[in-house]
This record gives sequence, structure tokens and C-alpha cells, in this order.
Amino acid sequence: MTNQVARGKSTMDYEKLVQTEDFKGLVKRKKNFATPFVIFFFAAYFILPLLTGYTKILETPAIGAMTWTWVYAFSMFIMVWVFTSIYMNKAKHFDVEVDKIIEKNVLK
Amino acid sequence: MSWISYVIFFAVIALTLYITYWAAKQTTTASDFYTAGGSLTGWQNGMAIAGDYLSAASFLGIAGAISLNGFDGFYYSIGWLTAYLVVLFLIAEPLRNLGKFTMADMIGARFGAKKVRGAAALNTITIVMFYMLAQLVGAGALIKLLFGIEYWMAVLIVGTMMLIYVLFGGMTATSWVQIVKAILLMMGTIIISFLVLMKFNFNFISMFEVMKTATPHGEAFLHSGVVYKDTIGLISVLIALVLGTAGLPHILMRFFTVKDAKTARSSVIYSVWIIGIFYVLTIFLGFGAAKFVGADAIIAENAAGNMAAPMLAGVLGGDALESFVAAVAFATILAVVAGLVLSGASAIAHDIYGQIFKNGNVTEKQQVAAARWASIAIGVASILLALGSEKLNVAFLVSLAFCVAASANVPTILLTIYWKRFNTTGAVASMLTGLIVALVLVAISPSVMNPVEGATLITGNPIFPYANPAIVSVPAGFLAAWIGTLVSSKRHEKDEVSYAEVRFKAETGYKELDL
Repeated sequence: MTNQVARGKSTMDYEKLVQTEDFKGLVKRKKNFATPFVIFFFAAYFILPLLTGYTKILETPAIGAMTWTWVYAFSMFIMVWVFTSIYMNKAKHFDVEVDKIIEKNVLK
Repeated sequence: MSWISYVIFFAVIALTLYITYWAAKQTTTASDFYTAGGSLTGWQNGMAIAGDYLSAASFLGIAGAISLNGFDGFYYSIGWLTAYLVVLFLIAEPLRNLGKFTMADMIGARFGAKKVRGAAALNTITIVMFYMLAQLVGAGALIKLLFGIEYWMAVLIVGTMMLIYVLFGGMTATSWVQIVKAILLMMGTIIISFLVLMKFNFNFISMFEVMKTATPHGEAFLHSGVVYKDTIGLISVLIALVLGTAGLPHILMRFFTVKDAKTARSSVIYSVWIIGIFYVLTIFLGFGAAKFVGADAIIAENAAGNMAAPMLAGVLGGDALESFVAAVAFATILAVVAGLVLSGASAIAHDIYGQIFKNGNVTEKQQVAAARWASIAIGVASILLALGSEKLNVAFLVSLAFCVAASANVPTILLTIYWKRFNTTGAVASMLTGLIVALVLVAISPSVMNPVEGATLITGNPIFPYANPAIVSVPAGFLAAWIGTLVSSKRHEKDEVSYAEVRFKAETGYKELDL
């Protein structure tokens, strides 16, 4: 028994598979879904040090003695949990699409 | 330390050894050894990821950093948590869909050339060695402090335990040790946090009011900038934290221990909750230690503040709680080093021996034997290095591991999945450039060069101004990928798999061998 990854002797026509409308649609929908989230969380993450480093606006009290720095930081936590849940729900729909693509184009 | 510490300490050892005994009976194939046969469920793997991820740097390190530096310590919590979105949105599923045992498998699924796999394995081994050395030296110091035994003996105990788990129980034992540790760590952290909050009369907001005057930093304790006076330096650290996670081999390896991408995804969900709650609670550990232990006492024990959490436990809950927290810290270190040994061994035995030297033509029995020998090699090498490094300031080793992961691994991982034109030369150029630039810049950074004699490895003014060079080395990794790809775009490498195939498999999880 070998554990070599099968390569080079593929029997599948992947060039044709990736050109199917189903697959192109899946990739496009995945991209359209994920891109705004990825841009948003990277932006939110790197805006924090820019605001704390170059301005003092986060150093004013927000709730009692807790400053906006901390509110921003806690919002990052909430963002992570919310985005994770959204991703989870969305991924279930993509799973269904993937199953259809495999069934229709590969297992035919 | 009292008899309670010994009871708890030996209970942890006995429990983990029993797990190993049980796991050993089900570890026969290479897949069992590296990935627990892909048999873990979503929540089990989620707990194990948390156990793997929340290292001593998270538990002891962040608690200490917040207690001494206030908000600046909390950046680590924010960075390591946000890193999870990078893993989830960009890497977890394609990695699981393309790979088998290691990160190099996933890159090798597109670029079959041996130099690609070799470079990936080299990066894995480098990261593992830096990270493990930091953990072992830290463990030695911690156990020496807690139990009053010699440093060399402490390192030997931790080293022997990790080798026993890995050699006999492989990934199954390692995973369950990590699960147990995650539960213990959460219990310990929740108990301490509860006690801290109780001291503040369960008023979260007034806690901030108290902290304004509780430390030598005054109000600045609650603002960014106690340590990170330079914003570029801070951004550099944050880049390493958020991208480095996605390139840590022992974290990536965990996604192969489940049966498919769906389960990999659900394990990320579990771990993100556990890890997120833990990182929120680091505020209580840090604030509590600053207020009830005090900066002077914390620094007196350990300049980096690593003893803040156990000391806080002692103040709040007496000997029993301090012993429990010490045992948790011990379990934490054991679980993480076991995972590291395993990922280092997989790079040596599976990538270098199995795939490069034997072209994948190895029997199941040879694979398992090679994996065990490689574990011994990695384990013994790191124990020997740790024995000679007692006086070394190890903080830079962790930052180095994250920096190498972010600069050398992440560009290649991302581009392998998402860039159509990416090719063999680009991948090798990116991995080696990221590695070398990170290593060289750290070597001439303030972490290694300090004008005060004896403070760091080299005495002298640092040539590179930032302790963490990610802001330069990560772009260097991407740039090398781009240049390497452009200059060789006409050349045809025979072992490259079409991007169409990689794309289709990455998106769908389809594997021809399954049919």
C-alpha cells in the first residue's frame, strides 16, 4: 500500500468540470459571500492600532471608566462570533450545491 | 508547595498516561498516528484545537502581559482570536479538502516537485523547533518555581511525558490530552475570573474605575501604548498574530483529524467559542493580578509576568487553587508540546522520508516506524536544546515562530488555493524568502541585540528597529511568490497539477481515490 497522492494520471476532465455553469456559479457565490467579510474583519482589525497609535479618540470614556478602546476591542470579539455563525449557516447552503455538482457531473 | 499540589500534579500525570494507554491500543496505521484516523467529532476536535491553541503563552503570558502592561497585553487576545476568522474564511476547508496529513501535502497537491515539499517541511520543522524550545524552557522555569526541583529535571519530566504520549498514543492520545487540558484550563480560568469579579462586587464597569489607580501606569494602564509606543511596531506584531496562526503547522494539522471539511468547519465553531470566552476572561486574570498581587510582586517572581496567573490564584483561593492552576499550566504545556512533536515528526517522516526519499512507496508499517523515530529525534533534539537554554530569554522564540509561519507559510498556502498563475518556482521562492527574511530580521532586531550587556544574545544596538519583523517579512513572502512566478512563467514543471483540478477539489472536497 502506498500513500502517494494521485497525480498526473487523472481520469477526470477538470478543465471541463470547472467550466460548468454549476461550478462557476458556486465559486462566484462563495466569493461574493466571503469577500466583504474578509475585507471587513481585516479592516476592523488594523484600524484599531491606527486609531490607538495616531489619535486619542478611543481614550475617552465610553461607559463609566471603560474607554472606547475597550468597547472597540469587545466589538472585535462579538464580530468574530457573529461572522463565525454567519459563515456556518451559509456554508450549509454551499454544501447542498456541492453535493448536486458532484452528483450531476462526476457520478453521472 | 503543599501536598495538595503533588496530589493534583500526579492526578494529571496519571490521567494523561491512562489516556495514552487507551489510545495506544487503537494506534496501528499511519493515519491513526498522524490524524487519529480522522475519527474525531466536531466538538472533540474543537476542544482539541482550543487545547492546542491556548498555550502557556496564552494562559501565563497574556495574564502576565495584561497585569503589567494593561491594554497592550490584550492585543494578543484580540489578535489570536481574529486569526480564527482568517483560518475559517480562507484556509480551513480548502486545506482539509486538499491535504492528507500535513500542510506540505496540501501544497504538494498542486506542486508535486520535491523542492516544494522540502521547503514546506523545512518551514514546519523550523517553526516547531522554535515554538517547542520556547515551551520547554518556559515549562522548566515554571515547574522549577512551583515544585522547587532543578531546571534540568523539570525539562526532562516534560520531555519524557510528551514523548510517551506521542510515541505510544500518537494523535489519539495527543488529542485527548488536549481535550482534557482545554477543560481544566477553562475551569481554572472561570474560577479565577469569578473570584476576581466577586472582589469587584460583580460590577464590570467599576472594575475599570478601580484599575485607573491600581497600577504604577495610572490611567495609561487602560489605554494602548504602555509597551507599544511605536505604532508601526504594534502593527507588525498584529500582522504576525493574525496571519501567523494560519501558518502554524500544529494548528493546521488538527484539521486532518476529522472525517471531512464539514466536520473541520464545525470544529472551528466550537473552538472559536471556547477560545473567545477564554480570551475575554484574560482581562480578569490580568486586572486581578495587577490589583490583588501587584506589579512589584509579579515582576519579582518573573520579569515577563509569567507567574501572574498562579500567584493570583494563590491570593484568591489559597494553596488549593494555586496548586490546581499550577497543574493546569503543567497540563497546558504538555498538551502543546505533544502536538508540536507530532507535527514536527510528520514533516520529517511523512514529507521528507516518505514522500521525498521514498516517493511515497512506503508500507504502512514503515510509515508508523518512521513517524515514531522522527518523534524521538524531534523530542530529543528539543530537550537537549532546552537543557542548554535555561538562561535564554525565550519570548523572542514565540514571536519568531509566529513570524516565520506568517511570512513563510501563509503566502504559499493562500496563493496555492487562490492564484491561478502561481507556480513551483513561486512557491519555493516565497517559502524560502519568507523564512530567511524573518530569521535574519529577528537576528538583528531588539529581541536579539540589546546595548545592555547580557539582556539578549548579542550586545549592541539593534540594526532593525522592530522586535517583530512581520511588517517587512510577510510582504517579502508575497513579493517573492509574485516575482518567482513571473520569471518562470514560461517554464513547464511536469509535476504541477492543473489549477482547474486544485480548484475543483478545494471547493468540493472531491477525491478521486474515494470512488
